Amino acid sequence: MNYRAIRSLKGKEQRKTVFYGHAIPYLENIEIKGRFIVIEGPDASGRSTQIELLWPKLEADGHAVLNAGLRRSELIGQGILEAKRNFVLGRRTISLFYAADFADQLENKIIPGLRAGYIVLSDRYIYTLMAREAVRGISSSWSRNLYGFALRPDIVFYLDVDPNELVHRVFKKNSYLDYYESGTDLRLSDNMLESFIMYQKLLKKEFVRMQKRYNIVSINGNRSVSEINEDLQKRIYDYLQNLQNY
Amino acid sequence: MKGKLVVVEGIDGSGKSTQLRLLEKWLISRNVPVFFTEWNSSETVKQITKKGKKNGQLTPITFSLLHATDFADRYERNILPLLHAGYIVLADRYVYTAYARDIVRGCNPNWVKKIYEFAIRPEIVFYFKVPIDTAVDRILSGRPRLKHYEAGMDLNLSNDPYESYRIFQSRIIEQYEYLSVSENFTIVDGTMEIEESQRFLRSIVMKLLPLNFAKNRRPKRP
Repeated sequence: MNYRAIRSLKGKEQRKTVFYGHAIPYLENIEIKGRFIVIEGPDASGRSTQIELLWPKLEADGHAVLNAGLRRSELIGQGILEAKRNFVLGRRTISLFYAADFADQLENKIIPGLRAGYIVLSDRYIYTLMAREAVRGISSSWSRNLYGFALRPDIVFYLDVDPNELVHRVFKKNSYLDYYESGTDLRLSDNMLESFIMYQKLLKKEFVRMQKRYNIVSINGNRSVSEINEDLQKRIYDYLQNLQNY
Repeated sequence: MKGKLVVVEGIDGSGKSTQLRLLEKWLISRNVPVFFTEWNSSETVKQITKKGKKNGQLTPITFSLLHATDFADRYERNILPLLHAGYIVLADRYVYTAYARDIVRGCNPNWVKKIYEFAIRPEIVFYFKVPIDTAVDRILSGRPRLKHYEAGMDLNLSNDPYESYRIFQSRIIEQYEYLSVSENFTIVDGTMEIEESQRFLRSIVMKLLPLNFAKNRRPKRP
């Protein structure tokens, strides 16, 4: 399929990859034609539910869709889980592990998908990792450099849920509070519920801080699943529509 | 920080590990609290990355980040606490190995350096300088089976692992040469006799030790 055919069929122009920081030279100037959409938000905020709803809708409308996320690389995704289960690793080590896992996903899944013209839906991205690092006392300039090789998405949504509401969703989903998602390693409080709320508030604050720099679109996540979905759909379709008219 | 960090750097076959082990034996014999740490040796991380390395699945970024993870694990759990506790920590390779290898693999130098920014600067970095042929002959004389990444095969320098290894090592040396100036390495002539080098190393490390160490060495006067 030649360049013009792609454009006229799907409104997808060829363009170059754009990175946040010091890109790795061999990744620079790669031609991509897909679109990259990220959905961020805390655990139990409904990210995966929303992706499951968006996916068939986009496919039904003729877009090829690829799902990516954190901790899923073949290389190390499982390893991180095991290491965390044993509570052995330090903060810096965990950050670097996540970065390696993310790099593997980016190089082996996200970028190839975008080159092939897929709409890549990513369940979380570097922002979650940077927020977690920031609340653990790791300097944001260090994190920003670390993820400098990350590709800049086309749209980033953040499902903003009030931590007091979020905790009930977690109970509904898992029936217990997760060690890490409650920030237990930060020793904010001996009371796990309190610790969860405090931790989620800290993360939320980091997202607010990052919002401008990374152009993050905040979505009111306190609403029902279908209301949120309608909102996301409208924004995504507006975006795709604009591309076609371009 | 009560402890002191002493690092050896240099390509494989430069003699650095032999010298560091001798330094360790000496310090132990003098009852100095000492700890030895090696590049790429964290058990936790190794378990997880073995698979990827074996299958040759690593890209320059993942290669770099997994080594950084390994380093961070040893740093957070061994090196730093031991330094706080007053140990002499002897490191067989340190962040400079990462700088050299990652840069040769095409990673952005500033990116790599900033990642390792959390690591403290050593008291001394001994850089074992040897002509490339000397080092490569030492390593290849036994015709060992070179591992994929060890030979730099991922860089597509040559289809022959030995040839690839030689080119890869000479590029690493180039990086070490830059670093030896900017990072103030203490240069050791890697072609010297073992005993001679060791005397040189000890004379320098001696200065890091507490004063009473030197005193204890002298026989008591009547």
